[in-house]
Amino acid sequence: MTTDQLLEWTIKIGVIFFILLTTVAYLSYVERRVAGWIQLRVGPNRVGPFGLLQPLADGLKFIFKEDIIPREASKWLYLIAPAAAIIPALMSFIVIPFGSSVTLFGREITLHVTRFDVALLYILGVGSVGVYGVMLAGWSSNNKYSLLGGLRSSAQMISYELSLGASIVGVLLVAGSLDLVTIVEAQGATSGYWLGFIPKWNIFLQPIGFIIFFLSAMAETNRVPFDLPEAEAELVAGYFTEYSSMKFAMFFMSEYFHLITVTSMATTLYFGGWNGPFIAEYPFLSLVYFVLKVFIFIFIFMWIRFTMPRFRYDQLMALGWKVLLPASILNLIVTATVILFVN
Amino acid sequence: MIQMMAILLQAQSRPPAAQSDAPIFGYIPIIIFFLIAVLLPVVLLGVSRLLHRRVFEREKLMPYECGIDPIGDARERFSVRFYIVAMLFLVFDVEVVFLFPWAVIYDKLALFGLVEMLIFIGILVVGYYYAWRKGALEWA
Repeated sequence: MTTDQLLEWTIKIGVIFFILLTTVAYLSYVERRVAGWIQLRVGPNRVGPFGLLQPLADGLKFIFKEDIIPREASKWLYLIAPAAAIIPALMSFIVIPFGSSVTLFGREITLHVTRFDVALLYILGVGSVGVYGVMLAGWSSNNKYSLLGGLRSSAQMISYELSLGASIVGVLLVAGSLDLVTIVEAQGATSGYWLGFIPKWNIFLQPIGFIIFFLSAMAETNRVPFDLPEAEAELVAGYFTEYSSMKFAMFFMSEYFHLITVTSMATTLYFGGWNGPFIAEYPFLSLVYFVLKVFIFIFIFMWIRFTMPRFRYDQLMALGWKVLLPASILNLIVTATVILFVN
Repeated sequence: MIQMMAILLQAQSRPPAAQSDAPIFGYIPIIIFFLIAVLLPVVLLGVSRLLHRRVFEREKLMPYECGIDPIGDARERFSVRFYIVAMLFLVFDVEVVFLFPWAVIYDKLALFGLVEMLIFIGILVVGYYYAWRKGALEWA
């Protein structure tokens, strides 16, 4: 390890950090614009041209709002909960490869912060730590809605984590590696095409696995139709009912970080990551492809959010435990058997 | 369907198993990122603490309960279902964790790996069936 290497990492991390924060701020804007568009409303359009400065105004408002700590709350846990939610949400993005390698300032730079053998396991592990933030928030607020929201949310997140993990095993069987860079490269143009034009993306090998992954990911990020934890008609705002000001904003941000992470994972694992035509000639295109794919997914998530009604809680648990879990195990067995007979 | 998958799989040249040449210091960025990530909530909360305005009122500091005075404590007993879900989660999550290394070296295990995993999953399916019949998965 040299100083150069250390510097490169720090710069990359700094840039990613900045981009993630900006993206999250603008996702809140995009989400409201998409909502307006789908529901034939206008959405935020007053602050700046097309309302583009809205996230800035929101940020300022969050900072200047009063920060209330309820009298009967456990002060320390109440304070730690938003941090415990946002830190893991941020950290899972670090292993996602968002491009091939480009030459910048006469130096070849790989467009991923780091790679190691257990990257996928790392994402799943760090992702599960996020549950603690939700649980702590629900418990420490000393509010009935918060407690119920926190309980529901953690039960939901751990239930769908099973099918999420099991559906990923299908991809592992095909790719034979936990390293995301290897998984993306295996789906690239160097592996050739099926029938001459279909890229070797894992979605074509694991269609059922992808559907399970997609549904579980939606539930993991607590989005409609799985937004039971904050079901505003029953639970006010779920686990962050008592939170205000910047602490509320941190929960809000961590949900968007999770959204970015799961859509990046869907892109990386099933849709060839940064692969696309002409990346050998123009490496910068890989970055464009990655961002494009991720944003298509994010748009689909938003589209579903403003189109679907919400599940009932027993339906939610039944779907997770009785449909998705057996389906993912079955998918796994079938994949393993097929691979055995093919080789 | 299975045959089609078989053909598709055959067409794909399988990449070599994880041969990442990144040594152990591929993990160092995690530490750097963690330090920066910890700074974020500290800075955000610090700035908001410096700038926000405070008006203390007794009512404001009460737990929110639709505008009326809270009845009883929030930390009451809750449904035992949540415990059951947590226990089931432990069992199956450990299973999934076992599946990860197995899937990565499945190439080398071949038939032995498949049979072994079928036995492993079979035992779990028995437990799963039992839990289902006992009504542990019902949420009524």
